[in-house]
Amino acid sequence: MSAPIPLYHFLIVAAALFSIGLAVTITKRNVIGILIGLELMLNAVNLNLVAFSRHDPMLLRGQLFALFVIVVAAAEVTVALAIVLRVSHHYGSIDPDEMNQLKK
Amino acid sequence: MELAVFYSFAALAVGSGLFILLTRNLMYAAFALFMALLGVAALFVLAGADFLAITQLLVYVGGILVLLIFGIMLTRTASEDDTSQTPNRVLIKLGRSFWGVGLSVILFLLLLGVLVNANFRLNGPALNSRSTIRTLGVELMTSHLLPFEIAGVLLLVALVGAAYLALNRNPSR
Repeated sequence: MSAPIPLYHFLIVAAALFSIGLAVTITKRNVIGILIGLELMLNAVNLNLVAFSRHDPMLLRGQLFALFVIVVAAAEVTVALAIVLRVSHHYGSIDPDEMNQLKK
Repeated sequence: MELAVFYSFAALAVGSGLFILLTRNLMYAAFALFMALLGVAALFVLAGADFLAITQLLVYVGGILVLLIFGIMLTRTASEDDTSQTPNRVLIKLGRSFWGVGLSVILFLLLLGVLVNANFRLNGPALNSRSTIRTLGVELMTSHLLPFEIAGVLLLVALVGAAYLALNRNPSR
């Protein structure tokens, strides 16, 4: 077997994915676009956890944590989409800049 | 060889992420998210996490992405220049591009500087190519039993709550 991939490669890819996810979250003016950015950021965090867990082969605590992150992300998206459906019924759009009823 | 595969999947993930950032069509963003999740799953395999890669594909691609596409289709507002020739055109507005891109570039450079200067002292050599399923199963059922049960309850509560929230309480609308 060839030499394993260095840890830094994973960490730099994860950093790039996290930054892209942050940019998507800020720039998209649509709640579902924001959710897509959040998913990208969660994936970047999972990649970090898995990369570090490679050096813990007996317990794999990083991979276990990543598994729980996936579960919580699934729960989060279900509830978020239910809320988005209610909001789109109420406002007729899901642009977060137009949800300003509390400001008036 | 392994490094070349790693670079191609990393390029797939990061390139799909950049496409999500630049596109105005939300449907294309969802499909690009599919490619990004696929790339991340391949990176999981290269990091020795075979079970996690399969879980990623099952939960994200099979569940979360389908939910997102349903959400896009249920909340789209038809515009006047839509025809039947452009069925998957869900254009959205982009805003705050300067702050969003600027902040994330700053964050990326910050993370890059930290990573380059970090000099991690790693505990032992990397994992060899052994399956992780046995270790994960044993750990889940022994030392991580309480979080495992809580995750089950959380999923149940989230499902019931989402079904209740999405219920249309006003049938006349």
